[in-house]
Amino acid sequence: MLALQGDFREHAQVLRELGANVALVRRPEELLQVDGLVIPGGESSVMDKLARTFGLAEPLRAAIRGGLPVYGTCAGLIMLADTILDGMNGQQSLGGLDIAVRRNAFGSQTASFETDLDIAALGDKPVHAVFIRAPVVETVGPLATALATLDDGRCVAVEQGNLLGTSFHPEITGEYRFHQYFLRKLVAAAR
Amino acid sequence: MTESTSAEQFGSSRVKRGLAEMLKGGVIMDVVTAAQARIAEDAGAVAVMALERVPADIRSQGGVARMSDPDLIDSIIAEVNIPVMAKARIGHFVEAQILEVLGVDYIDESEVLSPADYMNHIDKWNFTIPFVCGATNLGEALRRINEGAAMIRSKGEAGTGDVSEATKHIRTINGEIKRLTSMSRDELYVAAKELQAPYELVAEIATTGKLPVVLFTAGGVATPADAAMMMQLGADGVFVGSGVFKSGNPEQRAAAIVKAVTFYDDAKVIAEVSRGLGEAMVGINVSDIPAPHRLATRGW
Repeated sequence: MLALQGDFREHAQVLRELGANVALVRRPEELLQVDGLVIPGGESSVMDKLARTFGLAEPLRAAIRGGLPVYGTCAGLIMLADTILDGMNGQQSLGGLDIAVRRNAFGSQTASFETDLDIAALGDKPVHAVFIRAPVVETVGPLATALATLDDGRCVAVEQGNLLGTSFHPEITGEYRFHQYFLRKLVAAAR
Repeated sequence: MTESTSAEQFGSSRVKRGLAEMLKGGVIMDVVTAAQARIAEDAGAVAVMALERVPADIRSQGGVARMSDPDLIDSIIAEVNIPVMAKARIGHFVEAQILEVLGVDYIDESEVLSPADYMNHIDKWNFTIPFVCGATNLGEALRRINEGAAMIRSKGEAGTGDVSEATKHIRTINGEIKRLTSMSRDELYVAAKELQAPYELVAEIATTGKLPVVLFTAGGVATPADAAMMMQLGADGVFVGSGVFKSGNPEQRAAAIVKAVTFYDDAKVIAEVSRGLGEAMVGINVSDIPAPHRLATRGW
């Protein structure tokens, strides 16, 4: 669990309820102890600055290249994108997902919303998704696969190998299927 | 609450409270100009708070303090990518309507400005935009949540650089929450009466052991150590008002406070970021401020 800033406690709670052993990662040495990583919702530019200042950004990039399973929600999705659109001056991502993500794509908080999404990979029951100043995946490159789209066709969930990213926040709606899906990747990768 | 023609739902409690969840572990900084907002964002602020004057100036200059000029708020929104909050006076629902139209992300119904209504706070359920409100104790926090606040900040005494009131209020709120968790149901009815808060909220907290919304702390935070202490006392994040831009080196102090909040439990990091920050804001001891001039007692 990347714990530099954001709603990492909510993620940790979901993961624990699913039986995972959760450790918080704020330092490079803490990254060595984990078999997978969740990057929470929060402010992506702040996570980026802190990750670089405390020497975590390069080890994270290396771990992602090395196949570490990572799930990012909202700010976490931005961190995993190869390209950030509308980022801050000098904002860097960790990369890994062959996508271009537009930060804060819907506008100010009054445009934040919740809705139901059909996501075939998670079964028939729709996913109730909360979008908070959320990003959207504007371009899905050939290496990545779109998992979910809004009614207007914009992509809001992707996967690529061991990486998973969503624009929205399953961790605050009691929706456990994404975390289960991610833990299955993690278990498969550990074998 | 508003609802569009599709199944998309805007302005729900979950969406309003959700933004505050994403700000956790972060620092929200008071700014009065776009240039200050730029400095705050570059330093790693998780949001900025637009206001007319920082509390230290409101305190020294006196007069009625109001919502900022919309031009100023526009310029701050244009300058930064992080969420922008802005203050409205207690009870001033038209200032709140204006801030909502301007497209800020969060409204602070704040005792730092001069109250517009000494009886009523804003009915915050009427808005799509979320509100944060101050509280000195649990009863006050629950009354604000009952009115629709989606985030609470403990008050402290703004514009002083003296953290003692912030300490008192966060300890009070968390202490009262702890007490509720040990009560039986018959005692909770009495507790609700004494807290002057709705029974349903009191009962919910007795079960969960925490507020149903995010709890930040504010008022008098001037150093990285102050900020880290608030986190160790159980705050989800920190507001810094005059502490940054009334200090000798705002850029460096702001960045240091951000780091201290992330590594709030690591004294080595806090020691490191506390070095060479230059002069902290001069400050006033809260005990030197006559009671009628204290801001935290505004709101009820």
